[in-house]
This record gives sequence, structure tokens and C-alpha cells, in this order.
Amino acid sequence: MRSIINYLKEIIFGVWSLLKGMKVTGSYFFRPGTIITQKYPSNRKDLVMFDRFKGEVVMPHNEKNEHKCTGCGICELNCPNGTIEIISKTIITEDGKKKRAIDKHIYRLSMCTFCALCVKTCPSNALAFSQKFEHAVFNRALLIKQLNKPGSQLMKGVE
Amino acid sequence: MLSEIVAFNTSPTLSVPWWKVVYDFSPLTIWIDSSLHNVMSPFWTTITEMLIIGVLILLFYALIGLFLVYAERKVCAFMQNRLGPNRVGPFGIFQTIADLFKLLFKELIPIKDADSFLFNLAPFIVIIASFMAIAAIPFARGLHAIDFNIGVLYVMAVSAMGVIGVLLAGWSSNNKYSLIGAMRSGAQIVSYELSVGLSIITIVILAGSMQLSVIVEAQSDGWFLFKGHISAVIAFIIFLISSTAETNRGPFDLAEAESELTAGYHTEYSGIKFAFFFLAEYINMFIVASIAATIFLGGWMPLHFGHWAAGFNHIMDFIPPFIWYIGKTFFVIFLMMWFKWTFPRLRIDQLLTLEWKYLLPINLVNVLIMAFIVLMGWHF
Repeated sequence: MRSIINYLKEIIFGVWSLLKGMKVTGSYFFRPGTIITQKYPSNRKDLVMFDRFKGEVVMPHNEKNEHKCTGCGICELNCPNGTIEIISKTIITEDGKKKRAIDKHIYRLSMCTFCALCVKTCPSNALAFSQKFEHAVFNRALLIKQLNKPGSQLMKGVE
Repeated sequence: MLSEIVAFNTSPTLSVPWWKVVYDFSPLTIWIDSSLHNVMSPFWTTITEMLIIGVLILLFYALIGLFLVYAERKVCAFMQNRLGPNRVGPFGIFQTIADLFKLLFKELIPIKDADSFLFNLAPFIVIIASFMAIAAIPFARGLHAIDFNIGVLYVMAVSAMGVIGVLLAGWSSNNKYSLIGAMRSGAQIVSYELSVGLSIITIVILAGSMQLSVIVEAQSDGWFLFKGHISAVIAFIIFLISSTAETNRGPFDLAEAESELTAGYHTEYSGIKFAFFFLAEYINMFIVASIAATIFLGGWMPLHFGHWAAGFNHIMDFIPPFIWYIGKTFFVIFLMMWFKWTFPRLRIDQLLTLEWKYLLPINLVNVLIMAFIVLMGWHF
């Protein structure tokens, strides 16, 4: 008798779990609002990617053309395949002391794995990911980018 | 000469206004029949009628196949939060035609050391089995091609012929994975036929006859799903599960799944022969769905609630029977697609356990319960 009760309980529990699963897919079917496919390229004008989207590494500059990169080279150390190359120079500050500053922050988009290690490990939060994803070019040289803009300098108070 | 003029003057006309034909197709068929009889001898009339029905069924087959492939892809996509085909034609409706075109272009690769006669015969067997089953299904009032007095038994027997095609395909491919896939599929189909047969028997007990037109007529005061309450609901659920297993569909598609055994019994087929297997699977799904709709949900019979709801019944009668039939069949097809895209695939031993340890005992007990209900008169 016990085994018959167990048998029936097993069947009822099984059918109940199947119905729960069908409820989920049924709700996806009857609600077209849950579709996450984007009809690209016809929606290029108003397509907004999600906040954490990893499009391309950029160095944000403020209005006075200042960035936060100190040229420490931690991003270059952490990059798994050598996408980043830091070229630094020595400058003389107002007090007359010699200090290291960033000359060129080379970023090779063709080699980047978008792992976000450089962004995470930067001690001054100088790097970020942008939302731009249309990177195709006809000239491979255009994929080697310099992230610090010409004529920019370090923001005061970062280091 | 005079007799010919007399024959043309007395040619038969349609006995009802043309728009009433939608509700009952028999005046149309009688008119075609008598027109043909006027023109040629009875032998040639029969041949011509058979040709007409054959061509119509072929057309129906092709159209339903096209529509079902598109519908499957769209339903699957919506259930998976994506869009499905939407580039070829508006909303992607020409996608299946494009796929068919591509399949027709593919090279038919002959297999080395394979039994070429059986290899080429196998897809035709599955197609012929589904053709023969479609002929016995009542589509609307008056649109019933062959009305056997053992209608339900005939449909079951003929769709069982598809197993031969599957086994031949697996054997003649000269490929051990195809052979394993075909053996598994054969075992699965043969086991689940028991359950399908027993759940059909449950309804035959309630209806009192195996003839499909009698079964549909008997549901004119309520569908069997409502009339034979508990027992018919259990039989319906078991029929749904067993028929998805019969047609190698849904969570029971181990024999032909792409990630298991490459593609099972139709690995070595390409081009039009693969298209035949593919098409035959969708048509088989349509056939079992229409059998489910006919014996459980009333076929082309509108929703009536017994003789005490005459006003409601009259309103329901305004919708033509063909629309009722198509609606019910597509509802059952939607259920089967829902099963396929919700549940994970069953292993072959889980499949056979389900049939022999769970479905078969429940089915046998259900047949007993239904017989008891009919004898005591406890049905509606």
C-alpha cells in the first residue's frame, strides 16, 4: 500500500513540476515584451546597449582635457595578452621634482579580449568601457589607438 | 446527337446556395460526382475522383508542411525570448520555401556499401504511411475522403507503418550510429503504440463505435473530453504524451536529435530525401493532433453543451465546421510544440521506463474505469 501511495505521489509531483515549467515558457510566448532580440541594423538610431556593455576601452577626459591616468603600468601588467602598451616620460613638476607621467597609452583593439581587467585594476579609475560596438575598419592600422588625447594632462588630485 | 444535347440540358446544379456549402460540403461533392457521371462511365468517374482527391491531399500535405515548419520555428523562438525567422518575406513567411529550395539543390550522395534500394525506399515508406492516414480523417461535415467502419483502427495501423521506414533508413545507411538511432526509435515507437491504442480504446468504449464519422456525430451534445470526465481527461493526457513519443517529437526525440548520435537514422540523407523525413515528421504530428482533436475535442463539431443550451449551440453553429477543426488541431499542435520547447530530452531508458512502468498501468486502470462509467451510465 505504501508503495502505491509513493507511486502516485511521484506521478503527481512530476506532473506538477512539468506544469510549472510550461508556465514559464508559456509566459514567454504570450508576452512579446520579453523578446531580447534587437532588430539591427534597422534600429540603429535608437539602439541603446545595457549599462555594463563592454564596447571598447576608453580613457574618459573632462572638459579641461584632463584624464586620470598616472602612467603606473598596472593595466599593462594585468592585460592577459599584451594589448596595452604604456609609454611614459619624466616631467618636472612646479616644485622641481621629477615625476613620471603618461606619454602614450597604446591600446590595440584588434587584440583586446574585453576581459575588463585593465578597467578593474586601474588604481585611479582612469579607464572605462564605452558603448560603441561598430569597430569594423578597412585599414588595420586604424585599430591601434592611443587612449590619452593629445595635449591632455593628469587631473589634479589623482596622485 | 440528340442524346448529347439532352445530357447537357439536364446537367445537375448545386442544390443549395453557394455560401451554405461552407457549412456542409456534401451538396458540393454530390454535384461534382453527378457531373462527372454525366460525362463519363462509372469506372472513369471513380478514377477521376480518386485523382482529384489525391491531388488535393498532396496540395494539403505540402501547404501544411510548409506552414508547420514556419510555425514551429516561430513558436520555438517566442518561447526562447527571441524572434525567429523575420528577414525572408514579411515576418519571415517565405523562410520555409527558401529552405526547401536549398534542400532541392543539395547533392544526393550515394553511400558506399549501402543497400541502395532500401536506402532510397525508406523515405518513401514514411511519406506513404502518412498519406494513407490523412485520407481517413474527417475535415469538415461532408469532407471525409474514406469513411471506414474501423476508421480509428485503420489510422493507427497505417501510421505504424512508418516504423518500417525508420528501421530501413537506419539499417541501409551502413553507419553504426544510424543503426543505433533507428533501433532506439523503433523500440520507442513500438512501445508507445500500446499507450496510444489503449487511450483510443478508452474513447471507443465511450463512443460505442470505431467509425470516425460516428465518433464525431456522437459529440454533437458535448465533446468527449467533457462527457467522459475524469477518465477522458486522463486518456487525453496519456494520448498527448504517447503521441509525441510516437512521432519521435518533443522531449522524446533521442533518435534524431542533432547533439546525440549526429542525426540518428537520417544522418546519411541529404537533399530531397532528408526533406521527406523532415516533412513526414511534421505531417505525422499533424495527423496525431487531428486524431486527438477528432476523438477528444469533437473534430469538426462546434462546442455544444447538451440539449438544454440550444441558444448557445446555435451561436456556435455560425462558425463553419472546417474552422472548428483547424482551430482544434492547431491548438493540439501548439500543445505539442510547447512540450518540445519546455522539457529536456529523455534518455532512452527513462523513455522506456515512462512507458512500461507508468503510462501502461495507468492506461489499463483507466480503461477499466471508463468501462465502469459507461456501464453505470455515469457519463454525460
